[in-house]
Formats: sequence, structure tokens, C-alpha cells
Amino acid sequence: MKPVPAKVSVFRKILRGTGFFPFIVKRVLTSILLIFGMTFIAFSITQLVPGDPVAANLGQSAYSDPEIVAAFEKEFGLDQPVPVQYLRYIQKLSQGNLGISLSSKRPVNEDLKEYFPATLEIALVAVVIAMILGLLLGTISAITRDRLPDQIIRVVSLTGVSMPTFWTALVFFYVFFFLLGWSPGTGRLDPGAEPPPQVTGMFTIDALINGDFATFRQAFSYLLLPAIVLAIYALGVLTRFTRASVLEILGNDYVRTARAKGLPEFTVIRRHVLRPALLAIITVAGVAFASLMAGSVLVENVFSWPGLGQYAYRAAVGLDLPGIMGVSMVVATVYITMNLIVDILYRVIDPQLRKAEQ
Amino acid sequence: MTLLSVRDLTVTLMTGSGPADAVRNLSFDIERGQILGIAGESGSGKTMTALSIMGLLPYKGKASGSINFDGEELVGFKPKDFRRVRGKDVAMIFQDPMTSLHPMLTIETQLTEHLRHHRKVSRAEARARALELLDTVKIPDPETALKAHPSQFSGGMRQRIAIAMALACQPKLLIADEPTTALDVTVQAGILKLLDELRKSQNLSVIVITHDLGVLSALTDRLMIMYAGAEVESGPTSQVLTRPRHPYTQGLIDALPDSEAHGKRLIAIEGMPPELGKFPSGCAFHTRCSFARNECKSGTPNKVDIDGTRRIFCTVDPFDTPAGVNR
Repeated sequence: MKPVPAKVSVFRKILRGTGFFPFIVKRVLTSILLIFGMTFIAFSITQLVPGDPVAANLGQSAYSDPEIVAAFEKEFGLDQPVPVQYLRYIQKLSQGNLGISLSSKRPVNEDLKEYFPATLEIALVAVVIAMILGLLLGTISAITRDRLPDQIIRVVSLTGVSMPTFWTALVFFYVFFFLLGWSPGTGRLDPGAEPPPQVTGMFTIDALINGDFATFRQAFSYLLLPAIVLAIYALGVLTRFTRASVLEILGNDYVRTARAKGLPEFTVIRRHVLRPALLAIITVAGVAFASLMAGSVLVENVFSWPGLGQYAYRAAVGLDLPGIMGVSMVVATVYITMNLIVDILYRVIDPQLRKAEQ
Repeated sequence: MTLLSVRDLTVTLMTGSGPADAVRNLSFDIERGQILGIAGESGSGKTMTALSIMGLLPYKGKASGSINFDGEELVGFKPKDFRRVRGKDVAMIFQDPMTSLHPMLTIETQLTEHLRHHRKVSRAEARARALELLDTVKIPDPETALKAHPSQFSGGMRQRIAIAMALACQPKLLIADEPTTALDVTVQAGILKLLDELRKSQNLSVIVITHDLGVLSALTDRLMIMYAGAEVESGPTSQVLTRPRHPYTQGLIDALPDSEAHGKRLIAIEGMPPELGKFPSGCAFHTRCSFARNECKSGTPNKVDIDGTRRIFCTVDPFDTPAGVNR
């Protein structure tokens, strides 16, 4: 008699999941519209910036030769009126072509494929560090409210939020590389070391896929310090936010009910407090992750990490329009994807939202 | 047989302006299978009395005196000891069923988590017990209800679920803090009837805390009236309500709207109940009592025993006439 209702409930779960699909389809469609809207804004801004991409990319002598300037403008379509340039860009974009970078003279697609995974890799490690420690410290801080552990955590997290990232990057580099020698240094691998065959572009994961544990260990040791530096700011934000959410949830009647049941405090916190608190925390974590990616410029420069931040910096300085647009596209996509993931996680954590959609 | 015996209970809370006694020298007993009503205005210490039995006093709250529950002394209990008793032997239901159930957890989880923790039963056994409980509190279609979330039920149904949760481990004492205040009048009667049935079928002792004397008259065996953290009158419910001896009790009853007094102006007690930390000296009620004399302003009010079953704390005892109150 028992297995039958079990089967029925699995079937019902799948049926319930159908409420998900229209939601996801709608979200993906609006996301595509958003990205197109973003291209318009990014394009307009690059046009408004006073500066001449030709001057920025050609040398002094070449720039004084009108023929070379004309050829350069023709090659990159800069001789066309701005609206035409935009329409051409959109046309190419719809075919998945991001154009040729003015500075590297390579297709932007190729450049991003090389630089983006490097940034994604440190951002992922950073967000995992920040999430785990942020949840832990924030919760401890809330439970020990106004007592010593809380005081310490509050001071430390405030410090984390207040320290400029480039400064932490320099200090950490000085202490852990120069003084202690724990970090192997800058870059992604030892000089001359062969990167693993590219699958994802993230060296640690590619090394694992290839079964090459030595390279994995090496890549991870290079990765850890910049990731920690990147995590510090997000950690401060997440700790403070977790503390506030947990304190708010702790004041709820249903937490008192849980305590009145005589449950162990750990169960009360994990099941009755953290679960609802997570709802608010993942929103912040999603935004924090996206801003980590966008904000990795300074960290990548200190650690000579060949990532999106460095690429964005070079593209911006060189007024490399396709490069800037490409980076904007990636960052916008990351933001939009993170929001989508957060919205989906909401529905996983809070069953009421799922039910409301049916 | 006495299940709970409270002696000289004083509860001290931390307020913005230092410690203040929210409950003062309270003593009462509950027999097995008995329902005790505790009544009083907001801030009279009813809820703090209940929370001190549960070991759930607010941050920096302290109880002193003695709370003897089923042979164990609860004052001075460590949090660990309270967790052993709480939910298992003493259970509590709260005022607002809209907020006292967890919105994200299924009814099954909420009904069984403490059962599985205290009684170490299997998931299947706990589930069977949960179905039985939902049936006891008259939730239609218990199978479906187990998978549902609180938002799918009305206030009255949620309070029934809260009662089922409280009963899961077969407690000896149930504390109901304003169990019907947040509910419609039509739903109230059903909840009260349920509590009365449970008392009979499970030999459950119940403390009902409310400011609604109507609720208490229908349900309770004994009644205790509190004012400013202290008892002013107690005794068998019917006697206290028909022939009150304390001026405050008389005031509460006069303030009840009833059919007899239809068309007449309600008689409210003059003034406001005192705030925590600002309780008047002597008999705390003297500032609002029309019988107050000079001696009420200091010292403690006289305890007057009546027929061995009732008592009041009043130095004046103005209604001490054979016929009771002269209306």
C-alpha cells in the first residue's frame, strides 16, 4: 500500500515543476531583451566619452598619416555614422560575433574565452569562501549578540567592508608572498608551466578533468591568495547582512514555538532560523558575486592575473569599443544570470512561492 | 494530585531603566486534569509567569522562588534541562496562530520534529502519530494536511494545528497563552471546546491565560486574577465571577459588556494599568481603587482566606458581606 502514494507524489512533484518552466522561459526571454538594452546604453556611453579611438590605438607617426588613419577607420567601421555602427554591431552580435578588438587585433570572442574563465575561477572561489564564512560568522554574531564573539566579528567585518580592495591586495601580497612565502606569487601557474588543455578555461577544473593533480594543486595555490583578497569585501557585507537577517528572524514567533518544543538549539537555528534568513542572504550573495566579477580589476592588476579585469582595463584605456562592449556584455550576462539563479533558489527554499505560481 | 506548585515566584526583567519585577511573589497550584485560568490586563505578568515555567523568559530575564513541576524544581534549571522538559512534559500554544507556525516547513515536519527528538521514534511512527493528532484536533483530511504548509489553513485551523503540535509528546501540562484572542468569535468556541475535551480525554492540566473573562467562565475550574505582577484574587471560577471579593475583580466584571446591561453605559476602571518598573507601592491597585484608604499605600495587602478555597489580597475587603456584592 505504501509504495503507491510514493509514486504518485513523485509524479505530482514533476507536475508541480511545470509551474517552473513558464517562469524560466519568461525570465530568459526578458534577460535577452535586457542584454540588448544594455548594448544600447554601453554603446552610447562609449560614444559620449571624449577621446579618439584612432589616436589611442595608432602610434604618433601613423596617426599623422591620413592614409593610415583612413584605412584603420575603414577596417573597424569607424568611418560610418554612429547609428550605422550600432546597427552593424547588433547585426553581428545576433550571429554571436562580438567584433575585432582594436587593441589586441583578435576577435573579442577569442579574448573573452581566454580572460573570462580566469576571472570566473577566482570569483567562484571567492564567493564560496565569503558565503561559508559569512553565514557562519554572521550567525555566530547574531546568536552571541552583544557578547564578546559578536563584538569581535562586528569589528572585523566592518574593517573588511571599509578596507579598499587594492590596499588589502597589496598588504596580503606583501605578507603572504614576500614575508611568509606561503603564496607562490603572481600569475596563474609557475613560469613556463604548461596550462592544462582548455575545456572550461578554469585551470583547476581543466586539470582535474585531465586527471593532472600536480597542475591542479599548483593552479589552486596561485588562485587562493587573489581569491581571498577578493572575498574579503564580500565577506564583510555577507557577515553583516547575515547577522541582521538572523536577528530579525530570531524575533519571530515561530522561533519561539520551535524553542517551546524543546528542540536542540542547533536544530532551531539551522531549520527554523537560517532557512528563512537564507532567502534574504542569497539575494545579497548573488549581487555580491556579480560585483566581485566586475570589481576584480584592481586585484587582478596586483596579482598579474590575466582575467577580465585586466582586459577591461586595457580596453577602456585604449578606447577599444568592441572590447568594452564585450566586457559589458559578459558582466551584464553574469548579473542577469545571477538574478535568475537567485530567483530559482527562492523557489527551492520557499515552497510557498512555488505554490503561489500554480 | 498536584502537578505544578508555584511558590513566591518573582520574575525580574531587564528594562531600559534597569531591572524590574514583572511578577511578584506569585503562588498557585494546579492539580492533574485541572484547568486554571489566569486573567488580568496587559502587563499584569500573566505571560511572564507562563514563560518562566517554560524557561523561555526574554533576554536577561530571571525567575526566583520555586516552581515545582512533577517533582522537579524548575527555578535554577539549566537551558539543557529545560530543553528536556519543554515540548515533552510542558507544552505551550501562543496567541497568534498566523505567526507562531513556521511558514516554510510542512505541517508534518512541524508536528513530528520534537516528537522524533524527545521520543526517538522512527519517521513512520511519527507520521502515524501526526495523523492521529490531526484527527484529534479535528483537521479534515489529515493525509493532505501533513504535506501542506501553514499558509493553506485559516486562523482557527492553524490554532488547532498548534494545539496538535503541543500535544504531540503527550505533555502533562499545556499552557495556552491567549489561545483565542486572535480568532473570530465563532472559531473561539470550537477551540475552547477542544481544550476541554482534551483535558478530559488525556487528563491534561491546562493553564489558560487571557484577558477575556468570558473565555475563562466557560472553561476553567479555578481562576486567578493578576494585577501589576501579583495575585489579587483566586478561587473556583464560578464563585470568583459571580461573587467577586476584590475591588479589581469587581471592576473587571463591571467592564464586561453583557446582555443584562444592554443600553447602559459600560463601567470602565478609572485610569491605566501601571507600566513595568512603575508599579505603585503598597497594594498596586490603590491608585485606581475607589475603596482605597491610607493603609493601602504602603506595606503589603492583607491576605484574606475565604471558605478555604478562595483568597483575596486586600486590606479593605469592602465586599465582605454575606450576600457578596450589593448590586
